[in-house]
Amino acid sequence: MSLDYVKFSPGFEGFMPKEYRDMVEHGPFGKKTSVSQMGSFKEILEEHPMCAGCAMTLFIRLAIIAFPNPEDTITVGTAGCGRLAISQAAIPFVYGNYGDQNGVASGLSRGLRLRFGDQPKDVVVMVGDGGMADIGFSGTLHSWFRKEKFTTIMLDNEVYGNTGGQESGMTNQGAVLKMAPLGKKFEKMDMLSMAKLAGCAYVATVVPNNPRRVENVIRKAVLIAREVGPTYIQAYTSCNIEYAIPTDKVLEDCKTVEDDRYKFSEHITEDARDYLADRYGYKEFMPKPAMAAISKA
Amino acid sequence: MSESLEAEVKTNPQGDPITSLEPEQKTNPQGDPITSVAAPKIEARKDPHAEAKRQREVTPEYMFLEAPRVREFITGSESAKEAVRRSSVDLSIAYPITPQSETMQLIGVLYGEGYVKEYYRGEEEYGVMSAIAGASRAGVRCFTATAGPGTLRGIEPIASWPGHRLPAVAMFTCRVVNAPLAIQPDNIEICYLLNCGMVLFHAENQQDLFDFLMVAFVIGEKNDVTLPVGVACDGFFVTHARGYVRMQDRGLKLPAREAWRGAVPVLDAENPPARLSRDAPVQKSNFMAYNIHAVWQQEVWAAVERSRKYIDRYMGGLLTAENVEGADVLIVASGSAAAQSREAIRLCKEKGIDVGLIKIRSLRPFPIAELRPLCAKAKLIVIPEFNYVGWLAKEVAAAIFGHSKAKIVAGPHVYGGMSMPVEMIVDEVTGGLTGKRSGNVPMSAMMGDIDQAAVAHFLQNI
Repeated sequence: MSLDYVKFSPGFEGFMPKEYRDMVEHGPFGKKTSVSQMGSFKEILEEHPMCAGCAMTLFIRLAIIAFPNPEDTITVGTAGCGRLAISQAAIPFVYGNYGDQNGVASGLSRGLRLRFGDQPKDVVVMVGDGGMADIGFSGTLHSWFRKEKFTTIMLDNEVYGNTGGQESGMTNQGAVLKMAPLGKKFEKMDMLSMAKLAGCAYVATVVPNNPRRVENVIRKAVLIAREVGPTYIQAYTSCNIEYAIPTDKVLEDCKTVEDDRYKFSEHITEDARDYLADRYGYKEFMPKPAMAAISKA
Repeated sequence: MSESLEAEVKTNPQGDPITSLEPEQKTNPQGDPITSVAAPKIEARKDPHAEAKRQREVTPEYMFLEAPRVREFITGSESAKEAVRRSSVDLSIAYPITPQSETMQLIGVLYGEGYVKEYYRGEEEYGVMSAIAGASRAGVRCFTATAGPGTLRGIEPIASWPGHRLPAVAMFTCRVVNAPLAIQPDNIEICYLLNCGMVLFHAENQQDLFDFLMVAFVIGEKNDVTLPVGVACDGFFVTHARGYVRMQDRGLKLPAREAWRGAVPVLDAENPPARLSRDAPVQKSNFMAYNIHAVWQQEVWAAVERSRKYIDRYMGGLLTAENVEGADVLIVASGSAAAQSREAIRLCKEKGIDVGLIKIRSLRPFPIAELRPLCAKAKLIVIPEFNYVGWLAKEVAAAIFGHSKAKIVAGPHVYGGMSMPVEMIVDEVTGGLTGKRSGNVPMSAMMGDIDQAAVAHFLQNI
């Protein structure tokens, strides 16, 4: 993989859109950036129409910074709050129909592989809990069973935020929301177990109040999806409007939920470990030297 | 050594030795010649993709208009397979449904032979049509097929392909739409496809299916079109029956899709990205200005209009007209109804009635300008259809309104799996001319210059 091609041929700089020049000259195209550098480079997602205090927007910003090759990444979404922000990003975004994202991503990633071979073109699905666990459930599960090589990220705000606060399959049991006037009658869907069952090579839960961790799991997920298999990230991205969380308490709520039902978890297959260690030098997955050898030294 | 191994495998399934190099498969049980159904036997050690790799790319003009053709006797599904073989298709996704399954299985054979680069069995039609959308956006040439309930299950993504300007090709092997459940021929699903914004052809027979499918790939990818193209045929009558198909050599193929030259940038991250909500008026959602979506729709339908010149160039017109000059009576038909009409016209000729035939090949765009002069002097127009609602009759009547004084008989109609005896069509021709009350077509389905008193009487008595 080379980042060399993200530069302008001499004399052609002026013909590129200003926005693209900004991405190359002041943004992450063609070089590596990290969440720790936020504020010092032009981000792919800057302007957005999201509500004040939206944890989902923070998560999407962090996730996009974490993309290992943003200039070669295509995002896929569906109806919901998330796409209002993702579609403002300076990387391609597909918005097709309701719940079609994992179908679209299957065709997209296969088509890109046909055209570009080994040159990575990362496909990342980013959709809400309703878009994935409800209307997009079948397509999501089937793409995992088929071992489609792309990353699926659930922006789980535990409610249909964009349509005004209706119950979703990921809502907690008992929560009183629109369309659940007596409280939700069944428990939160366990998509993590289903992802593992369906054979995802990497599954992780994350909350946005730990940017480093978000960056870490997104990078792993995108890299593993290039060659090993499907990957799934489930992120708690609260809806401060529908759950009436004061804007200055949003990250506090994330911490509370993290301690309650979103404890960090990471499932990674042997193949994926070896791949990250061999190909990308992930030290945490490299074989540990035997204790005896260490004590002798 | 290889010779001795080859000698070992030369037995038939019963273990009898086969001595002739040419497998003796050249006739079917009826004695008709079969030349292309079974792929030629390829020796075990050979590259299964060898023949596909040897295909030579030729221009669409040469392929459609000049290349020598050889006639073969094959089913509609096989003719679709042969069309895809010659069309440089990159990706195809299958999901079984009667009567389409055979076609998509045969595309799977092409995948095995290397003619199609990527192929899988999808989860259901919504997933398939969505994945076709994704792959077409990636810039590869895509093909799929479905039928009846599958068309309707997939219609949300299908109807969004034109708006996304995706030049995929879909074949619709029409059948009954539930309920009640049936798997019989009936082309009602076409009326749901007419207003999607896609280019839509209706094949009469195996030859049409072969020709229209290949042309579909080329027309859909023209920069000033950039639209999906649907090719419909009447299931079973065309898919499962054999007919003669004149085909170009299988060593020829159409040029591959060149995504880089498309009018609408594909999503391969090779172009400077557009921020969809700010820059490109595709998805503005909550922030959309109504006029942007309005203009987008106008542009889709303008693109449908712009496909006319390519249909003329590669298919020889949106319709065909036979024996129309001077005929008082015309039959206007598409698909299998056109085939039945030919026989009805022969029977009419025996009775001394001269009847012309207009076969509609392109439903979108619809041949309005062509129909008007052809129908101008007709006294009677009969429009037989394989569906209840009579979508073609409505199209024709709207197209020629004010340009013809003909009485239009919107019928006969058969549906739900009925076949159409040619006598039904003959009855409408003779009845239309003599004024005899039809047993099959209600007065309310008679349009144009007709006896208003008879209609009033009919309406009072129902």
